[in-house]
Amino acid sequence: MPKKVVSGNYAAAYAAKHARVEVVAAYPITPQTSIIEKIAEFIANGEAEIQYVPVESEHSAMAACIGASAAGARAFTATSAQGLALMHEMLHWASGARLPIVMVDVNRAMAPPWSVWDDQTDSLAQRDTGWMQFYAENNQEVYDGVLMAFKVAEHRKVNLPVMVIESAFILSHTYDIVDMPPQEEIDGFLPPREPLYTLTDFDNPTAVGALATPADYYEFRYKIAMAMEEAKKVIREVGKEFGERFGRDYSQMIELYKADDADFIFMGMGSLMGTVKEAVDVLRKEGYKVGAAKVRWFRPFPREELYELAKNVEGIAVLDRNFSFGQEGILFNEAKGVLYNTDAKPIMKNYIVGLGGRDLTVSDIRAIARNMKEIIERGRLDREVEWYHLKR
Amino acid sequence: MIEVRFHGRGGQGAVTAANILAEAAFLEGKYVQAFPFFGVERRGAPVTAFTRIDEKPIRIKTQIYEPDIVVVLDPSLLETVDVTAGLKEGGIVIVNTEKSRDEVLAKLKKKPAKLALVDATGIALEILGLPITNTSILGAFAKATGIVKIESVETAIKETFSGELGEKNAKAAREAFEKTVVHEL
Repeated sequence: MPKKVVSGNYAAAYAAKHARVEVVAAYPITPQTSIIEKIAEFIANGEAEIQYVPVESEHSAMAACIGASAAGARAFTATSAQGLALMHEMLHWASGARLPIVMVDVNRAMAPPWSVWDDQTDSLAQRDTGWMQFYAENNQEVYDGVLMAFKVAEHRKVNLPVMVIESAFILSHTYDIVDMPPQEEIDGFLPPREPLYTLTDFDNPTAVGALATPADYYEFRYKIAMAMEEAKKVIREVGKEFGERFGRDYSQMIELYKADDADFIFMGMGSLMGTVKEAVDVLRKEGYKVGAAKVRWFRPFPREELYELAKNVEGIAVLDRNFSFGQEGILFNEAKGVLYNTDAKPIMKNYIVGLGGRDLTVSDIRAIARNMKEIIERGRLDREVEWYHLKR
Repeated sequence: MIEVRFHGRGGQGAVTAANILAEAAFLEGKYVQAFPFFGVERRGAPVTAFTRIDEKPIRIKTQIYEPDIVVVLDPSLLETVDVTAGLKEGGIVIVNTEKSRDEVLAKLKKKPAKLALVDATGIALEILGLPITNTSILGAFAKATGIVKIESVETAIKETFSGELGEKNAKAAREAFEKTVVHEL
């Protein structure tokens, strides 16, 4: 299939179709709606054989995906913000039962006050549910991310669900060029799911969701922890294979941009990193030795790659489009934690940006660069966390 | 990079116009991006939509504040919206109107380098039977800017709307292309 000009949401829907998902259960919510509308259209036109389960809530959507996945099907859903929050209980259920479900979350700010715009707090609030998280910078990465997510999730050493995350409107409703490989090439990359156990294998009956007493529960948790560690290897292998087959390499869990000789770097996730790369080019022309580090996978967290990066820079400006009340930006918090027991000690500052869809421009990033440069020259922070856009 | 801002009213198809323009430029091998203003749109209320066109991949994800080209789908917007806000020096303004060059210029806060006028509503009513001007105004865009060929606009329209609807809309674009008057200022 050639390149197409599609929205981020349509890229997600095409990817689900090309991944040959068998069951979709979803409930509409802005700005996710056009993903599931497009999938419904594929089914109505006879372009895809998918069992579509209409449900009365997001909680039920995930419950239906859990049932389908436990029965051996490749299951997919999509949601945003309040819908994701309503799914919360079932998210733990999916990972605890080791079901390789893939979901697209369109990052949207949590209410109140009501907002339908981009903000990462909805997905990051689910970080401890045992789901892997992949953040897309652009529509191509939404598409590629969904295809890779199934392959990683279904790997026999992993068996955990994946959330592929895109920005409200900035990706979901923005049209951009997406290269979609021919179906047979995708089939070569992503063969049908081969589940280890299924509810419908009546010759080998299994119990799913049984009770574990204190004598056993602890080991179940350890196995998930180990599967997440194993997933890092699988993610790098799958990302490398994707690059070899389709020309876009995802073997790095953190994508670096002009970071080799950088004095300091911007670190962040998702669509804002596209604008950051533009800003890096502008700043380089102005004489700043800066680079960028885009964290693609937030779970499992790429600790080793972050350490390698942090050893070689004087400063890291962490751009968080999210906030944990009573603490700080969530990526900043995690990145600092990773480096504490290492010899890498760059100056790190947290900039809270873009909450609820506030636009982050190239000139904003230049202003942040000027601030970082001063901090590094002075050798100490002015403050650790800055709410960058505040109206003064 | 060329940045285009469309002004319309909710329901007139400004967002679709931005998408079709992106598709037309894509057909000519350009890199493109098209998006609505991330606001709260209602039928009849002023809305904006945007297209970026470049020779290299477009990474920037911000809104457009300083467009090179402004396209106005609804003549009444000249009374209420500053359509030339942020327009770059040397910019182009394309307006759907029955009014004269001087009448339109009197409404603009900033004088563009080029002003293109076409009665897109008249063309849409005649060919489509509806005052939906998003496809005819793209014919005017092709004429005024030369950034995309009218043939690419026609193809992109037919890819967006199937069958007779596509044919009629492509015809409206062609008609507007023929009738657009471009004033160098």
